[in-house]
Amino acid sequence: MIKSGIPSGPLEQKWNDYKGHVKLVNPANKRKLEIIIVGTGLAGASAAASLAELGYQVKAFCFQDSPRRAHSIAAQGGINAAKNYQNDGDSVFRLFYDTIKGGDYRAREANVHRLAEVSASIIDQCVAQGVPFAREYGGLLSNRSFGGTQVQRTFYAAGQTGQQLLIGAYQALERQVALGNVKMYARHEMLEVVLIDGKARGIIVRNLITGALERHFGHAVLLCTGGYGNVFYLSTNAMGCNVTAAWKAHKKGAYFGNPCFTQIHPTCIPVSGDYQSKLTLMSESLRNDGRIWVPKEKNDSRKATDIPEEERDYYLERRYPAFGNLVPRDVASRAAKERCDAGYGVGTSKQAVYLDYADAINRYGKIECGKHGNENPSKEEVIRLGKEVVKEKYGNLFDMYEKITGENPYEVPMRIYPAVHYTMGGLWVDYELMTSIKGLYCLGEANFSDHGANRLGASALMQGLADGYFVIPYTIGNYLADEIRTKEIPTDHPAFVEAEKNVSDRILQLKNINGKQTVESFHKRLGKIMWDKCGMARNAQGLGEAITEIQQLKKEFWSDVKIPGEINEMNPELDKANRVADFIELGELMCIDALNRNESCGGHFREEMQTEDGEAKRDDANYSFVAAWEYKGDHNWELHKEDLIFEVAKPTQRSYK
Amino acid sequence: MEHYSMNLTLKVWRQKNKDSKGDFETYKVENISSEMSFLEMMDVLNDRLIREGKEPIAFDHDCREGICGTCSMYINGRPHGPWHANTTCQLHMRAYKDGDTIVVEPWRAKAFPVVKDLIVDRSAFDRIIQAGGYISVNTGNAVDANSLPIEKEKADESFAAAACIGCGACVAACKNSSAMLFVSAKVSHLALLPQGAPERKTRVLNMIAQMDKEGFGACTNTQACESVCPKEISMTNIAKLNSEYIISGLTSR
Amino acid sequence: MALTGVSLIAFLVVHVGINACIWAGDGGDMFNKASHFMGSTVVIRILEVGLFAGIILHIVQGLVLEVQNRSRRQTAYAVSLGNRGSKWYRRSMGLLGTLLLLFLVMHLSHFWVPSRFSTLETITIDGKEYPNQYADIIRVFHDPLVVVLYLLGCASLLYHLLHGFQSAFRTLGVGNNRYLALIKITGFWFSIIVSIGFAMMPISVYLEWIS
Repeated sequence: MIKSGIPSGPLEQKWNDYKGHVKLVNPANKRKLEIIIVGTGLAGASAAASLAELGYQVKAFCFQDSPRRAHSIAAQGGINAAKNYQNDGDSVFRLFYDTIKGGDYRAREANVHRLAEVSASIIDQCVAQGVPFAREYGGLLSNRSFGGTQVQRTFYAAGQTGQQLLIGAYQALERQVALGNVKMYARHEMLEVVLIDGKARGIIVRNLITGALERHFGHAVLLCTGGYGNVFYLSTNAMGCNVTAAWKAHKKGAYFGNPCFTQIHPTCIPVSGDYQSKLTLMSESLRNDGRIWVPKEKNDSRKATDIPEEERDYYLERRYPAFGNLVPRDVASRAAKERCDAGYGVGTSKQAVYLDYADAINRYGKIECGKHGNENPSKEEVIRLGKEVVKEKYGNLFDMYEKITGENPYEVPMRIYPAVHYTMGGLWVDYELMTSIKGLYCLGEANFSDHGANRLGASALMQGLADGYFVIPYTIGNYLADEIRTKEIPTDHPAFVEAEKNVSDRILQLKNINGKQTVESFHKRLGKIMWDKCGMARNAQGLGEAITEIQQLKKEFWSDVKIPGEINEMNPELDKANRVADFIELGELMCIDALNRNESCGGHFREEMQTEDGEAKRDDANYSFVAAWEYKGDHNWELHKEDLIFEVAKPTQRSYK
Repeated sequence: MEHYSMNLTLKVWRQKNKDSKGDFETYKVENISSEMSFLEMMDVLNDRLIREGKEPIAFDHDCREGICGTCSMYINGRPHGPWHANTTCQLHMRAYKDGDTIVVEPWRAKAFPVVKDLIVDRSAFDRIIQAGGYISVNTGNAVDANSLPIEKEKADESFAAAACIGCGACVAACKNSSAMLFVSAKVSHLALLPQGAPERKTRVLNMIAQMDKEGFGACTNTQACESVCPKEISMTNIAKLNSEYIISGLTSR
Repeated sequence: MALTGVSLIAFLVVHVGINACIWAGDGGDMFNKASHFMGSTVVIRILEVGLFAGIILHIVQGLVLEVQNRSRRQTAYAVSLGNRGSKWYRRSMGLLGTLLLLFLVMHLSHFWVPSRFSTLETITIDGKEYPNQYADIIRVFHDPLVVVLYLLGCASLLYHLLHGFQSAFRTLGVGNNRYLALIKITGFWFSIIVSIGFAMMPISVYLEWIS
């Protein structure tokens, strides 16, 4: 049993009580304490700014050329907050409950409640920073609704909410850089955690421009390094997103929580060929008006527009007459996969389904004609007016689709396919966001804490900023209050020397393999194994095979990878090799975790565990726990369980009928 | 859309590091699909170079969906290639036909020194933001978000300026290597909002001072920046910046 | 740059106005009176000093700007953006300005120097003696080479103004879309009318539309 450090008392009092009793560090002492923050996305930038404002000495690191480029920037839809500005019955409790239920009862109640409590302050803080959220004509903030909820609580800035929030946090961070409270290290990648007497005391980083290794001391280390979706090679993550920082911490003793919980988004632009490097998400809102179908014939190679109505299979409407095209993400994703696997897929790769707007255009066109008093409109008139309506609602998404595919979605149906885009799993953390290593914290998508087995839309931005702005500034004091007597440890301490040597040895080893295969080819092969056997649907046999294949892949990687260039210079291939080596090890753990969890919940669907009509079947009696894995050496992990106790939100089976 | 494959000649700027002298190298790439993105075409070339035991071409890229602002190639004389309102990572090969020659250069500006091959150092932009591109509000100080209504038109205009991705295409396109579009987008974003009012004067003066210090050129309103901006940031922001600058200069103590 | 530019624009209005007097159809009387007024009034003479200072300042500023801006890109692009990003004359203000400077040297030596240093013959209008600037104009513009050079000068002025007019106002901070639209349209017609106005003078004389 592992301790999550949840405060006692009633759920809605826990965070307040905690704040009232937590240890504090006086301002004079804060100046003497150094905090290392790795990653400058929403969680990292907000934490760096907030902690620097409090007076701590912060060093922030990112592998990108500027902290403003972190992948939080790509989030489209919005950010949830229990403001209840719409007077539609929202409350902290409802946001808490929706999140727990959306996560299929695999998240920690106390954390989620705290998240809901601070959500409102996030919006206040962002507006004060100048984040230009969408507004109504009266000048007040606008809200929209999002999947999995019945209230309008999502704040947004067009389709660029993540960008605007990140720029806000980035500006707050740069202000602290200017004030001298944060020292920023861009193009630096963390490659090791330094532990002294069991506590995190620093990191080893590689300067990505010169290739030099550097040692940095800190009284505490925060990892805000995002998710590991790129283990699948193809995902909606940025090319640079990686698990390396979290994985190094894991190998030094930090438990990894629920690694197999991955979210797969149903509406992405499909793969077009072997050269494909990444996937692009199309907002979920498209399913409001589009109809999803495949041909009834296998391997039908006709153009979509040549396939008559009666030869189309609207499989979501057929299988889920009640919800139709609006079934939840995981269900829609699995259904698309099922059709394509059965040979009904469309497009060059046959790994895609159609998302068709012809009906919507027709329907809207008729409504418009009615509005204009046009009783007998021509077909062309209806289509013209219909297209105008669709353009107004979804124009920017249609443009994006056309840019990538070269096809005009107003004329031909869009091709879509599910893709990996978020990982609920991550480093295990306690209530204070501290990992199982003392003094090592983990924030944002990189930790496992708040989303259970499935994340609701518009909740990722909320969690990243909650952790950075409003949680860590309180909880870190509880640890640092006992560290005020710890003097800065010089980086010639043996622990630093040894850590740096481990890193340089590994880099040298990688470079000296001098094999024949490129890093990219290994990454692609890993991605294929993971996608085929640990993706949308998993089964014991496939996972078993995957584990063997990954172990084999790891051997091959370490004996045949080819890395051009030198160590002591900018070398993107070397950086990538470091990351892929870690992804391979993570892949194995994900499969082990998926194999171990003999139930279906949220994004984790075990084919053996489903109801008669193909729905996920949870096993609360045996699997209501967080799987926290401890690294015990090559291919060897020990499982620790943190039981999930639901005092307020009692688990029920999710139903879409 | 019919797909096709093509053979191309690429002339790419190669430069080992910031101190070395660079030059163009010519590469032939074959069987490039019109469905590929431009960067995927570069991936294919790099894959081949690695297999041949050569060093791959270093270029900046990350999100590959046009929002992070990392990618930065100057393709056939235009930042981010031929498409309007587009980033390099969104450019697809159907923009080219069989037999085309494509010249790829890094952003060129004194303030953006080349780091390696096509990668340049844009940290000058971060330092300009440090000089004043923010609203000074510590975490926890904020009042309720709706206690300050903001005219929708102004909020929208502010958002349009805030959409800047900081890629530097404006500097790359400008004959003066001026960063005025970038700086003016930030100044407009914050000056249009009431939250930004208290620091309005010092912000613009300090940001401009830093811009000059970084070695960017002066704006002569040629309009090249606006025409290549992937996010279509308007040049009107520059005029707004000038007005902010003049008023602040005249009225500050 | 913008301030001196705007003041030079203001001067052009006066200059083109006085030039227009040659078409009064009175054998140049009105023009000679006007140019004498410009040459003999104390206030105008003071303004003239200001004008020269403005021109020199504009030239120095332009030179410094051009040199500094050129130094901001040390390696040139192999393929340049060219007209895909901006109109050629918006990028060629330095060149157009230099042409205008050369033109100005010629122009001053043709007219300003003789009139200032009283080498002009005189003419009596309404019982008063005036320097016959008008006759000088007729003489100078009978040389076809001079006419061609003057037309080139006017063309340089046209393009210099097409960009300079609105650019000056942008630099002075006109950032309101409505005003900007107004300035664009005014700038366009101002440049055309002023340049054609100047160009018509040598053409009229050379083609003997006036005598």
